[in-house]
Amino acid sequence: MAKELWEGNAAIAEAAIRAGVEAFFGYPITPQTEVLEHFSKRLPELGRVFLQAESEVASINMVYGAACAGARVMTSSSSPGVSLMQEGFSYIACSEVPAVVTNIMRGGPGLGNVQPAQGDYFQAVKSAGHGDFHMIVLAPANVQEAIDLMVLAFDLAEKYRTIVMFVADGSIGQMMEPAEMPPMRPVRPPEERPDWALTGAQGRKPNIITSLYLGAENMERVNLRLQAKLKEIAANEVRWKEYSTEDADLLLVAFGTVGRVCQTVVREAREKGLKVGLLRPITLWPFPSGRIAELAEQVRGVLVVEMNAGQMVEDVRLAVEGRRPVRFYGRMGGPIPLPDEILPEMEKLDAECR
Amino acid sequence: MATVEIPADMELVYKYPESLTEAHTHYCPGCTHGVIHRLIAEVLDELGVRERTIGIAPVGCSVLAYYYFNMDFAEAAHGRAPAMATGLKRVSPDKVVFTYQGDGDLAAIGTAEIIHAVNRGELFTTIFVNNAIYGMTGGQMAPTTLPGQVTTSSPYGRDVETAGFPIHMAELVGQLPGAAYVTRQAVLDVPGIRRTKKAIKLAFQTQLAGLGFSMVEVLSTCGTNWHMGPLEALEWAKEHMVEYFPLGDTKMTDRVRALKEGK
Repeated sequence: MAKELWEGNAAIAEAAIRAGVEAFFGYPITPQTEVLEHFSKRLPELGRVFLQAESEVASINMVYGAACAGARVMTSSSSPGVSLMQEGFSYIACSEVPAVVTNIMRGGPGLGNVQPAQGDYFQAVKSAGHGDFHMIVLAPANVQEAIDLMVLAFDLAEKYRTIVMFVADGSIGQMMEPAEMPPMRPVRPPEERPDWALTGAQGRKPNIITSLYLGAENMERVNLRLQAKLKEIAANEVRWKEYSTEDADLLLVAFGTVGRVCQTVVREAREKGLKVGLLRPITLWPFPSGRIAELAEQVRGVLVVEMNAGQMVEDVRLAVEGRRPVRFYGRMGGPIPLPDEILPEMEKLDAECR
Repeated sequence: MATVEIPADMELVYKYPESLTEAHTHYCPGCTHGVIHRLIAEVLDELGVRERTIGIAPVGCSVLAYYYFNMDFAEAAHGRAPAMATGLKRVSPDKVVFTYQGDGDLAAIGTAEIIHAVNRGELFTTIFVNNAIYGMTGGQMAPTTLPGQVTTSSPYGRDVETAGFPIHMAELVGQLPGAAYVTRQAVLDVPGIRRTKKAIKLAFQTQLAGLGFSMVEVLSTCGTNWHMGPLEALEWAKEHMVEYFPLGDTKMTDRVRALKEGK
């Protein structure tokens, strides 16, 4: 299929449609509303389910219900709306039903603004809801990658019967780029829904989907099973991209939009004679800690750049384990760090690590 | 269950509904949840839909309802059963879906979810059990607690000046255009139990005919947290609750009426 000009939000929705999403439940919120609007136009014409819910609390529970039925389902929101969904994330994770959620992140805390930001890293990666669980967190840096990761999101959600969060800052949602859509996958017919799903106990024992396990040992057993699954995901599903790291002696780590900006920083730093490489995590959970630890042995220092006050930098420090200095540069609430701001930070790190 | 052969000159007139499991419930002695469970099970048996029915359990005393119903079941977050039922039914329109909810679940924390599900005319059925108290957490004030009623969180009696008024869900929900059949019944005596069963059956028939949302509010008791014996609790409910929560239909569309009258 040829490349077409796609707006990020519409591309995310269309990619999910191509991936065979059967139902979308959502609530309008800037800067992700175009996701909902695209679904509202496309899903009815394809004979699939679109429903605008009364709140994000309702959307995520509609997703939970449809996921229990074994349907391929998703919702989408932006930061304040995602906070409202956190109750549902926890139930979905414990019940082990597959679901996909996108967060087109905006400035916060509070109502914040509708500017691009990455302030929800902690929420997505470390505090998705109450109790012990992680979501798989996918972070694209451009529209094409957003499309590819949306398709992957459903495959991972179903493979591991888990919740997958797709996080992109508002600029990826709003910008237009040439990108190629995958071919349309056929929608799975209802009679092929998984064995565990609630499809009616016809000729079999009832299926029960719950997140309630009374009794300490029972609940611990469930937790151990969830942890084993998370361990398997951590072993198999770490994804990242590297740029010019082969000979690098200084390392940049950045994700999403600012990860893309840092590709320019690498180029400009190398023109100035600094051997800078970039690692861009694509899965924020599981985090590419192993590869960062390897690169820490190779480089003199690490600079982490984010559109927040310094969140992923904590995971980079955990990976580096004090072997090298790890420094941070960030902007909050909307400004995107530009190469002109990041390059001097790189030079400072270079001077510090000589 | 042991199988007993029916003698040739006798007829089996009463048995365990297939839609119930044989598990012993955790409900307190005298609790009416067991009666309501059985009525739903009998109705689903009679309609022959057990194998395509999916229930959604609430948070509250009936949180473990899925152990007692012999069918596919999900357990919702507190108050969110109508949203879950919406998602489930929308992707499985050929299934029979019902939520089973208490007063805290449906009339406090889940008010938005029930109101909007009704207003959209979602094609599921809600059984709303109103016993005017939070049972599972140990007897706190519910949105349906009566004025002056003493609970562990209204120790001086519910003061409507500060705690508001008992909420009339059947009336509220019945007003919405998406509702096809809404009624309030009570399982406080045998005639009431019989009427409640008829109402539950009509509610599921309304769903099966695709006529819109249906809800049966069932006035119930909580002897344990009312600090009364089972009989005393039934009498108290008849004397005080029925007065505040009048029994009867708050919504019956013409098509539901025709269904009821077998037209």
